Amino acid sequence: MSTVSKPQQTPDWSAFPDARGHFGPYGGQFVSETLMEPLEELREAYHRYLKDPEFLAELDRDLAQYVGRPSPLYLAERLTRELGGARIYLKREDLNHTGAHKVNNTIGQALLAKRMGKTRIIAETGAGQHGVATATVAARLGLECVVYMGADDIQRQSPNVYRMRLLGARVVPVSSGSRTLKDALNEAMRDWVTNVDNTFYIIGTVAGPHPYPAMVRDFQSVIGREARAQYLEETGELPDALVACVGGGSNAIGLFHPFLDDAGVAMYGAEAAGDGIDSGRHSAPLCAGKPGVLHGNRTYLMEDADGQITQTHSVSAGLDYPGVGPEHAWLKDAGRVQYVPITDEEALSAFHRLTRTEGIIPALETSHAIAQVIKLAPQLRSDGGIIVNLSGRGDKDINTVARMEGIEL
Amino acid sequence: MSRIAARFEYLRSQGRKALIPYVTAGDPEPANTVPLMHELVNAGADIVELGVPFSDPMADGPVIQQACERALKHHVSLRDVLGMVREFRRDNTTTPVVLMGYLNPVEIMGYETFAREAAEAGVDGLLTVDLPPEEGADLVQTLTTNGIDPIFLLAPTSHEGRIKAICAAASGFVYYVSLKGVTGAATLDVDAVAEKLALIRQHTDLPVGVGFGISDAPTAARVGRVADAVVVGSALVKLLAANTQDLPAGRAAAADLLGEMRQAMDAAPKA
Ligand SMILES: Cc1ncc(COP(=O)(O)O)c(C=O)c1O
Repeated sequence: MSTVSKPQQTPDWSAFPDARGHFGPYGGQFVSETLMEPLEELREAYHRYLKDPEFLAELDRDLAQYVGRPSPLYLAERLTRELGGARIYLKREDLNHTGAHKVNNTIGQALLAKRMGKTRIIAETGAGQHGVATATVAARLGLECVVYMGADDIQRQSPNVYRMRLLGARVVPVSSGSRTLKDALNEAMRDWVTNVDNTFYIIGTVAGPHPYPAMVRDFQSVIGREARAQYLEETGELPDALVACVGGGSNAIGLFHPFLDDAGVAMYGAEAAGDGIDSGRHSAPLCAGKPGVLHGNRTYLMEDADGQITQTHSVSAGLDYPGVGPEHAWLKDAGRVQYVPITDEEALSAFHRLTRTEGIIPALETSHAIAQVIKLAPQLRSDGGIIVNLSGRGDKDINTVARMEGIEL
Repeated sequence: MSRIAARFEYLRSQGRKALIPYVTAGDPEPANTVPLMHELVNAGADIVELGVPFSDPMADGPVIQQACERALKHHVSLRDVLGMVREFRRDNTTTPVVLMGYLNPVEIMGYETFAREAAEAGVDGLLTVDLPPEEGADLVQTLTTNGIDPIFLLAPTSHEGRIKAICAAASGFVYYVSLKGVTGAATLDVDAVAEKLALIRQHTDLPVGVGFGISDAPTAARVGRVADAVVVGSALVKLLAANTQDLPAGRAAAADLLGEMRQAMDAAPKA
């Protein structure tokens, strides 16, 4: 049985990253010189406001009144019964305003942008959830907003593109490279370096140069803090396992981080295995990549023998990324979190299963986490529990799912 | 003395400024690069900057992004680029060659292996745009041990403390990025550049090159009046891109533009 304990020899997880943004050998600041000073200004502002009671009060108020937090921790009874193992609890980030965990971070960064006097917001997006969450907070604060999105992702996530435009954002298609999330990130960085005086770049995941991985983690950790308290309140103990999908890794770290010191809590990050790891068509750098440097940090990457970043594939646009947050790279090496591959097919099947058993349509990203729960739950004791991060809802994906199943909408 | 230091010393004795063309290795195809390097030298290049193609050139504008894509169609690797330098060295042992690119290909090859093989091939300097000195101590040491100059960027946003630290880590020359933006951006403000160069020179005796946004002979001449070296990239790469079906014509167009810049710089009144 898990207890609230902190073994002596484990690292002090909360002491990371170091002052320069390193998680062991990972993380850091690998950017061109022009961005070093703006990153320092951001780091300084973020550290200052994180201790500013007024800032924190405004953040808490927005999370409660605008996002709708705390999000429920829901016991999925039918799914639990069907799988015949540990109790399955869903942390309902899909019920947040805009339908995913992404808004926890954009609210925080936008408040920071306002305090830093920036008038223009830019973002990259894959599935469009982060783009929508950014366009939403920009609309609310009256800030100009430009969202970069891979041309292929614009095709497969068209409802979100229209949502962003309704919210007043300019969506810029990115046709270079693989026309997906990584290329959108490149283009957003190029915009930032050009317009750095008035522009705040809201990165949507725990990647990028320091302080982004730490800052986004801190804004997303509200998920794990709430879930931990909710679970303790309901059961009087800690869960046996946590499960989340990992694209860049923000919803996963948000759930995991407040539990890292709880040695009895196992953690699983579900990476997108696409057509299968052996097919080479996947987006699973932790399962099948190796360390390198991209987008401002050192981390596990999908790359070839020459150090070129390789094409990725996933049915889910939000997981279709060749890198991963540096803290995950470090948690993998430390053995604290298990990263597991989930194929497109497994994710699709989990998508339907949750929809039919619980009446909750999960995002395709989230469906990867559900697929891992389906494998894991039967192996665990039935009086234990799993918390899975239900990172987003699947309305945005119904066109994709229908098309894959040969259905015209 | 390194080839780069020797070249700057010679130029100084002549009262001239260095002209540094940038081209992406393997653009539009691998066989074009070594002849192009020679033609650029004949047109007046003092140092050749050779871009190492990378799949995600975050600091580059569309012109150099597309050059990378053209080269990568031919799978031009860092090792291939070293091969090109080796071939160039068969006929030219005096013109310094600086590789410019992103860290990941160097990281994957391994710092030690890269430095050894690059030195052996005849590379004189390495500029990795996404490696600030804070992250670069190991690489700087390995390069220096192998006789390769680590070249670093300075930017309009670099304050005095950073300028000092970066100049201390650099050797060969330092490279001032003339504007906030990516390569190939529109215009630069020569007066603002001159002001920043004065500040930089308080902290280093190294030659200071200026690049980003220099696309024609008059601008090259004006920048040459205040800087020790003028770097031109996208303007040349554009000419190669316009002539992918006729490689000699592309090389000739690039060499012609460089020659105009050379003439304008040498004719400009001394500062
Ligand atoms: C619902 C949902 N879950 C997960 C992700 C993956 O991102 P991350 O790994 O940063 O949580 C996305 C990204 O778009 C998403 O929209």
